[in-house]
Amino acid sequence: MEIHRYETIWFAASLLLIVGFIGTITYGAVGVGVEMVDDSGGTVDPDNLGSHERFGDTGVHKVNESHYEVNMIAVHPSFIPSEIEIPAGSTVTFYMTASDVTHGFKLVDSNLNTMIIPGQVSEITAEFDEPGEYGFVCHEYCGSLHHEMAGNLSVVPEDEWGGVDS
Amino acid sequence: MNLFVDRYPEEAWIVRAALASSFLALFLGGIMGLIQGLHRTGFLQIVQDSTYYTVLTLHGVSMVLLFTIYFLVGFFQWAVTDSLDRSAEDIRFTKLWYFLMVAGTVMAAAAILGGFTDATNLEADVLYTFYAPLEAHPIFYIGLVTFVIGTWLAGVDWFRSWWAWKKEHPGERTPLRAFMVMTTMLMWYLATIGVAAAILFFILPWSLGLVDSVNSLLTRTLFWFFGHPVVYFWLMPAYMMWYVILPKLAGGRLFSDPLARIVFVLFLLLSVPTGIHHQYVDPGIAEGFKFVAMTNTMFLLLPSLLTAFTVVASMEHGARQRGGTGRLGWLRSLPWNKPAFTGMALAGLMFAAAGFSGMVNAGMNLNYVIHNTLWVPGHFHLTVGTAVALTFMASTYWFLPQITGNGVFSQRLGLVQVLLWFLGMVFMGNAMHRIGLAGEPRRTAEPFYDGVTFDTALGSISELHFQIALGSVILTVSLLLFMAHLFLSWFDVASNPAPDNGVIPEALSGPENAPIVLENLRLWTAIALVLILLTYALPLASIVSANGFFGSAGTLVGTAYEFAVSPFVGVVA
Repeated sequence: MEIHRYETIWFAASLLLIVGFIGTITYGAVGVGVEMVDDSGGTVDPDNLGSHERFGDTGVHKVNESHYEVNMIAVHPSFIPSEIEIPAGSTVTFYMTASDVTHGFKLVDSNLNTMIIPGQVSEITAEFDEPGEYGFVCHEYCGSLHHEMAGNLSVVPEDEWGGVDS
Repeated sequence: MNLFVDRYPEEAWIVRAALASSFLALFLGGIMGLIQGLHRTGFLQIVQDSTYYTVLTLHGVSMVLLFTIYFLVGFFQWAVTDSLDRSAEDIRFTKLWYFLMVAGTVMAAAAILGGFTDATNLEADVLYTFYAPLEAHPIFYIGLVTFVIGTWLAGVDWFRSWWAWKKEHPGERTPLRAFMVMTTMLMWYLATIGVAAAILFFILPWSLGLVDSVNSLLTRTLFWFFGHPVVYFWLMPAYMMWYVILPKLAGGRLFSDPLARIVFVLFLLLSVPTGIHHQYVDPGIAEGFKFVAMTNTMFLLLPSLLTAFTVVASMEHGARQRGGTGRLGWLRSLPWNKPAFTGMALAGLMFAAAGFSGMVNAGMNLNYVIHNTLWVPGHFHLTVGTAVALTFMASTYWFLPQITGNGVFSQRLGLVQVLLWFLGMVFMGNAMHRIGLAGEPRRTAEPFYDGVTFDTALGSISELHFQIALGSVILTVSLLLFMAHLFLSWFDVASNPAPDNGVIPEALSGPENAPIVLENLRLWTAIALVLILLTYALPLASIVSANGFFGSAGTLVGTAYEFAVSPFVGVVA
């Protein structure tokens, strides 16, 4: 089979591009440490969330001075809780699950983005250094009021923080 | 007489029927698109917010399943019959699969349309992805399965023709178009295992009440097993046109027949083991599995990049045959006054842009920024909405005379139509991508929230919303022009004679130069299966071992059923 010289060059350049892409993503994961949402959150029975040790107790919880956890349930058309307040300078791990259908979570102006699937727990960790207001929305169609499903995350200065929910 | 319709009148009837079904779906889906474009931007809201999702389901199913696949089966029937130069083995069987697809369509459409009225319990507001446990009326799922079975039988029909041809032509290379059809259908058989398993083993029994629950992640994963290759199923007919029709329209010949075959084999190998890239941000799937899907996806860029080369090279060759000269001056010598050529060339250009946004989607970590935002539909309005749809529409200006025997009504009107589609999609595609970068979600009736604002780097969200509304209006005008023009040409209002231009010229580098191993479709299918097993066996096993086949709510019925089907599911997994 004869292949034109230009086509050989193009083929080589294409392969280089592809390997380059895979390389940058590998670097992002290994070097920079961009973690993927994965199976670390484990599974849960969506019909018995009330008696679950984590999802029976939704809201913000303090792990230590700089680390907080947010337990959240998505159920059409709301996030529980939908108003979250955390102190600046903290690391926050979100645990989310759904009790009815598949939902999504995106914190606007950030790269926090996950699906929320019944039976599965989405675990994502982020650092919030500066005070600020973030909106979050459900980004997967979940029913006739899907477009009303949203909430707010306030990152407040440490001395103004009102403490955990419970 | 060299027209297809004169040589194969019965096959031409099927092709016409399939195209009519296709364009009916395009029209319906397009009107739904206009309603959405004006609704979610707030310019004109003629339906309730809750009805928006019925409109959205109808738009998605019409466009991505009906419009594209009906066109594909019509075009493939032509490609097989014409390139093998033989009639269907049994035209009754050909009609059977077409009417099976129609029956499936009627069932699914009835379920979706039921969502517009409270008078029936029919409903299917589940969008075209039907993620369980969102639930549609069972007739929706039965309709989808029937439609897919119709496409399976279509494939059987074409394979029968090919096998019969091979018997009469021992040792000969399969003609290029038939080769492309066979590889595409093999890919389709592998891909549809996923959706068939999802519906038949899990979703349908659950919607009929035989089992109490579903494992959402499992059915979702099986959907994307099918959901990604389906985009190549739409794209392959468009690629075939770029390979076999566009060079001819440009005034030349295809650059390389063997490379075209390699490209189609690569799609057969790599289309399916990539579906998990739609699930980069799904919980319950380990990072390693996502990484494998990402790698496969990146290698899937290769056949598209090779296509870009061949298409441009073939166009340049055509232009030089027409007297074009200079490094870029040859571009002026292309037949820009012909809608079939111009539409396809613009579609290819837009596909290049879509390739770039696709590379962002494929980048596992970049995907965090745009996953499920309006960026994603922005991407596929450039792929299926332009590369595929505009190629299909443009090719019709060449194709319709072959199957009706009538010339098109007006080339000039056709040119205006394809240019308007391109222009409309420039506004729409640009705005959707940029709104998505600002974080606005897709699939949302009213993306206006208390306390949530979306900021763009350039311009403003309201300006971009205006671009979407403007784009949808321009696209609708183009669509109406297309439908009117189709009607006028089909029924021969202008009595234009059909041009005698149905012959596809041989490639510059012919099939005799292709390695003989390319003909071995059993081998390629076996390798594709191995790649699928490597990519999917472990993720599916881990999803099932974590939450069972049917989620956590096991019942006696469910357990017995699970016991009965699990051996089969094991084979599928």
